[in-house]
Amino acid sequence: MITAAVMLGIIAVLLAWPVPLVLARSDWPARSPGVALVLWQAIALSGGMSMIGSLLLYGLVPFGDTLPQSIVVLVGDLRAGTLPAGTSFTHVLALGSAILLGTHLLLNLLATFVRAERQRRRHHTLIALLSDPLHGQPGMRVIDHPAPVAYCLPGAGHSATVLSNGLLRLLDTDQVRAVIAHEQAHLVQQHHLVLLAFKSWHSALPWFPIANRAENAVALLVEMLADDHARRVVDDHTLARAIALTGFALAGFTTPFMSEADAATSAIASASHTDKGRAAEPEHPAHQVTPRVARLVNPTVPLGYTATIGALTVSAVLLTGPALILFGA
Amino acid sequence: MANLGVLERLLMNVLWDSPAPLTANELKESLVRRERGAMPTKPPATTTVLTVLSRLETKGFVTRDRSVRPHAYTAVMTRATHTAGLMHEVLGQVPDRQAALVRFIGGVTPQEADTLRQLLGVVNSDNA
Repeated sequence: MITAAVMLGIIAVLLAWPVPLVLARSDWPARSPGVALVLWQAIALSGGMSMIGSLLLYGLVPFGDTLPQSIVVLVGDLRAGTLPAGTSFTHVLALGSAILLGTHLLLNLLATFVRAERQRRRHHTLIALLSDPLHGQPGMRVIDHPAPVAYCLPGAGHSATVLSNGLLRLLDTDQVRAVIAHEQAHLVQQHHLVLLAFKSWHSALPWFPIANRAENAVALLVEMLADDHARRVVDDHTLARAIALTGFALAGFTTPFMSEADAATSAIASASHTDKGRAAEPEHPAHQVTPRVARLVNPTVPLGYTATIGALTVSAVLLTGPALILFGA
Repeated sequence: MANLGVLERLLMNVLWDSPAPLTANELKESLVRRERGAMPTKPPATTTVLTVLSRLETKGFVTRDRSVRPHAYTAVMTRATHTAGLMHEVLGQVPDRQAALVRFIGGVTPQEADTLRQLLGVVNSDNA
């Protein structure tokens, strides 16, 4: 069992730092965002399982030679209020950490989803009053605001896609179709679930080196997936222009409006007013727009058959491997 | 009920456009005047209007002046204030208020705008 604990520990360390780092830095996810998204989820789940599993197995070493047997002994000891000979402080610490970490992650996940659902309901109420339906399009709403915004409110039951008047004025018909197709893809493919899961992971372990990177990478991949769906409705250049035009126009709403001449000085100024600027910073880091446009302007070939199968196999091994080690121990 | 939701929006539109507080009957009349043809079904009964108004009061969109008979209703905030607040959240200027939504794009920095223009071969952003 100590061997299994060490093996899981090694997997946990690998998945906590070097593996996600390599994935975050590689170029292929932009070619096949769907495959990369599967891999990210496998890494996160497998990493969490390995970390908790490793602590659990190590903590259970004094109680028995296999996982089921040691759990039975542990429960018996807990009832009797005794500890087997050879139980050290580190064993108890590992056991406690495993339970705390597991509970913490699950409760945080639950809290994140409950909070998001509450926000969604509140937002829905406001949208229902403040926006008008878009003629003949179920679930589409138009809100009267100059900022060019498009977003969807996902959720079981009733979801909504919201466009602003500013956006409808800014973009032509085809570009609006691209935006709608993009948002519909988010809704149909339930992207909010994976976004919330990674958001929860990040907020549960803010000190974890890779959590922030993983959340950003996943957010970008989800956008790319939605872009790929929109590309089936309009051509790449229309979508790229829709993204860029909206981005240019939004810059005037998310940051204080500035002319082209001021833009250069602001680059210098932005370094000095970071503390003030933080509050207005968009949730998705700004650098997420450029990679999306880049792959539309210079289309890349999706991963080949072999590479796709390879990445999916790695994901499957990541999920089953630690589980087999844990329950085989 | 979906119809009540529609009615909530239509009544709020009347209240937002009205300079003075309105009674349920006045609300119903201007609703019929405004939405002639656009109403989903026949005009609502005054009791329905009262139900919807108390729902809106519970949600905090409407206040009721109980000192007059019949009660007069006013919108708590203007439509523009509500919209501005909501868009403020959507644009990411209120921390941690975006978990529920997925946006088309977040926003770009001036430096990134330059990169985008180069990518698209655009000289002038007005004519992308």
